[in-house]
Amino acid sequence: MLALDPAFLAVQALSGLSSASSLFITACGLTIVFGVTRIVNFAHGSLYMIGAYTAATLVPRLLELSFGPVTFWAGILASAIIVGLIGVIIEVLLLRRIYGAPELFQLLATFGIVLVVQDLVVQVFGPQDILGPRAPGLRAPVEILGRRFPSYELVLIAAGPIVLGLVWLLLRKTRFGVLVRAATQDRDMVASLGVNQALLFTGTLFLGAFLAGLGGALQIPRVSANTGMDLSIIAEAFVVTVVGGMGSVPGAFLAALIIGQLQAFGILIFPKSTLVVVFLLMAVVLAIRPHGFFGRAEIVGGTHAVGIASRSPLPGRHFILLVVIAVLAAFPLVADAYLLKVATEILIFALFAFSLQLLIGVGGVVSFGHAAFFGLGAYGAALAVKWYGVSMEAALPLGLALAALGAGLVGAFVVRLSGIYLAMMTLAAAQILYAVAFQWVEVTGGDNGIVGVWPSSWASGPIPYYLLTAALTVVAVLLLKRIIDAPFGYSLRAARDSESRAEAIGLKVRQHRWLAFMIAGAAAGLAGGIYAFSRGSVDPSLLGISTSVDALTMLLLGGIQTMMGPLVGAAALHGLRDWIMPLTPLWRLLLGLSIIAMVLIFPRGLVGTVRDWWGART
Amino acid sequence: MTLLAVNGLHKSFGGVVAARDVSFTVARGEMLAIIGPNGAGKSTVFNMVGGQLRPDRGQVLLDGQDITHASPQKRFRRGVGRTFQVAQTFLSMSAAENVQMALISCNRQSNGFWAPARERHRDKAVGLLSRVGMAEAADTPCSALAYGDVKRVELAIALAGQPKLLLMDEPTAGMAPRERAALMDLTGSIAEAQGIGVLFTEHDMDVVFGHAARVLVLLRGQIIAAGAPDEVRQDEQVKRAYLGDARALEPLRGGSPA
Repeated sequence: MLALDPAFLAVQALSGLSSASSLFITACGLTIVFGVTRIVNFAHGSLYMIGAYTAATLVPRLLELSFGPVTFWAGILASAIIVGLIGVIIEVLLLRRIYGAPELFQLLATFGIVLVVQDLVVQVFGPQDILGPRAPGLRAPVEILGRRFPSYELVLIAAGPIVLGLVWLLLRKTRFGVLVRAATQDRDMVASLGVNQALLFTGTLFLGAFLAGLGGALQIPRVSANTGMDLSIIAEAFVVTVVGGMGSVPGAFLAALIIGQLQAFGILIFPKSTLVVVFLLMAVVLAIRPHGFFGRAEIVGGTHAVGIASRSPLPGRHFILLVVIAVLAAFPLVADAYLLKVATEILIFALFAFSLQLLIGVGGVVSFGHAAFFGLGAYGAALAVKWYGVSMEAALPLGLALAALGAGLVGAFVVRLSGIYLAMMTLAAAQILYAVAFQWVEVTGGDNGIVGVWPSSWASGPIPYYLLTAALTVVAVLLLKRIIDAPFGYSLRAARDSESRAEAIGLKVRQHRWLAFMIAGAAAGLAGGIYAFSRGSVDPSLLGISTSVDALTMLLLGGIQTMMGPLVGAAALHGLRDWIMPLTPLWRLLLGLSIIAMVLIFPRGLVGTVRDWWGART
Repeated sequence: MTLLAVNGLHKSFGGVVAARDVSFTVARGEMLAIIGPNGAGKSTVFNMVGGQLRPDRGQVLLDGQDITHASPQKRFRRGVGRTFQVAQTFLSMSAAENVQMALISCNRQSNGFWAPARERHRDKAVGLLSRVGMAEAADTPCSALAYGDVKRVELAIALAGQPKLLLMDEPTAGMAPRERAALMDLTGSIAEAQGIGVLFTEHDMDVVFGHAARVLVLLRGQIIAAGAPDEVRQDEQVKRAYLGDARALEPLRGGSPA
């Protein structure tokens, strides 16, 4: 058998080591930045991508000067330094302003940078993938046990430990390093000792971005620089830092080694699903050690969760509700087919965002992978139609049930965690499902997804389907609102406000959160199912990070502290997208900038801001 | 009559023994203070009684029932109420809703999906608030209350569970001197009226000697003295434990140490 051939095993192990090295260099920067600033920097993958693009553009020009092989390495280093400076710019312009913000806002703001960079990279470097030059002197493969192995990979294998050694020296032997380690252990103490924090944080961002850029630049002889690099590396880098323990450099090294080997040999066991294996590792490690190998529980208690607070019931709320229902019902009288389609989608996303509000706004549980349940609902319904030929009436509840089941499973893992680990774990869960949908082509249709998911005849056509969507959304939102106002919702809020107090009055916090996951998952699954039938198809992007971020953006846009915020946010975001996207190729740039602006200027969202303004007037 | 019996509690963290064979009892209606210099093991003992820490050895008996390994939730059901050093309330809710939440949990309704929480046990909650002098603030959000008032609300939350034993970790920390005596007077009168045993730790010696029926002195994880406030005050070992501040245990007139 192939797998037992020692030469094959050796080469496989070596290539595992080389990808571990690359992964470590990048993840090391992420973990150092987290250690000092406590920000999980989504844009780290973007810095990696900029590093690759810069090197792939810069190095060939330098090689033309023909100063020999040294120019190649000088180019790599220069690219990393350029990326380091970009990191400094990001720190000064954005991160500096959000160190004290709730972690959800931090994650979203740095994701805003991801969106901005995606469009900027295309503008600066062009839409084509760029394959960099091979390293001079390392073009010929070497023979290992009779098999050919690229010699550049051997350099990469060495690069990881070299970077580890240099970072270790930097952290142990320099004043900057002492401060970084001190800040990682106790940021407040360092602040009260009179250390120039601004300089420390800027320096840390330079180091982190430099390492991301170096990681990306070193890739150019292996893979061409492309626009998908950012999200694929950030997912892996997250796994490495989380498994290693956030803030721990040796932890990241160990985790990268394990993951490199797992990827190299995972191919032999699950040929198509290395991603699944990697994320499963993370799930298992977090289930056993909730803070990774070398991570510690956050000493500074409280995740400073923001969320909805008690308000007295609005006078005339029944009347308002009737008006809203009447307007929704009368809308088809004035709208054309296109507007109805937009309205249908807005309603679907409103339900999706509202289901997330139960977790985040009510429960303080920052789920970064809510797309998982939206996608499960959509795929559940679509698979039921495709494989069992059931009608829409049966497929929708099946999708909902699958989503609730998936949420129950994910929730069982996740409710033991807190803060950033929980966010990362939910993200991982969504990525696992994304990988399954993408790679299990026989069942899910892979990248193409499943087509031919049409509603029953009584509900087909823009008007009937709009009315069905409106009815289901209104009923589901009212049910959720009822639950939020009931003791169950209050218990979730109690656990969010003060976990120790909630336990001291006998609340079973984990059990409540687990149930909340299933309810939110079921509602998101219903939204997903309706969405599948509205488009007639499903594809893996429904499970992707950007779908999760869409829901979070709607929440943020509408206002996390308000019950109705997500509904308004869904309308605003979807409306804007429909209006602006056809006008400009820079939609992601605009969206990214708006997310950042919202975090900085309107953290209370549209509804919250209007309410505050109204409250100040009266 | 013995309400709480702590027998031979032992806990070490690595090489540091934080509690060494600690045994004591609390009777119904009695207020027992645990004092000691910083690092004496007060919080360790306290958290083992409260369920936040597991002892290495020893037993905690409430009304004769072993609760040594019970979770905080189970202890609540058995009749243990507690307040925290930094007051823990639900800041997004009104004072009344905070107490209602405890009543909802007490009645095992926390999984209720339908009837609004706002309307449940409202009268009883306001009644409890008026016992701690906070009835007028019933509809004020906890986030808008002064810290001393939050501490009172916390006491009302703890009382909502109809506790037999009340654990108060530095109940007056962070309060103004005048508020301190008032809160402890209130606690004392409620405890006496309902036969609730109160176990508290405290740094303010005025509060300790003014309100505790008995005082327990911990030093390096061991009980070095126990008894009525006046006996403890005269104890040579205790004086030595507070060396350098030999007058720390004398009653102060007009004002209180910071």
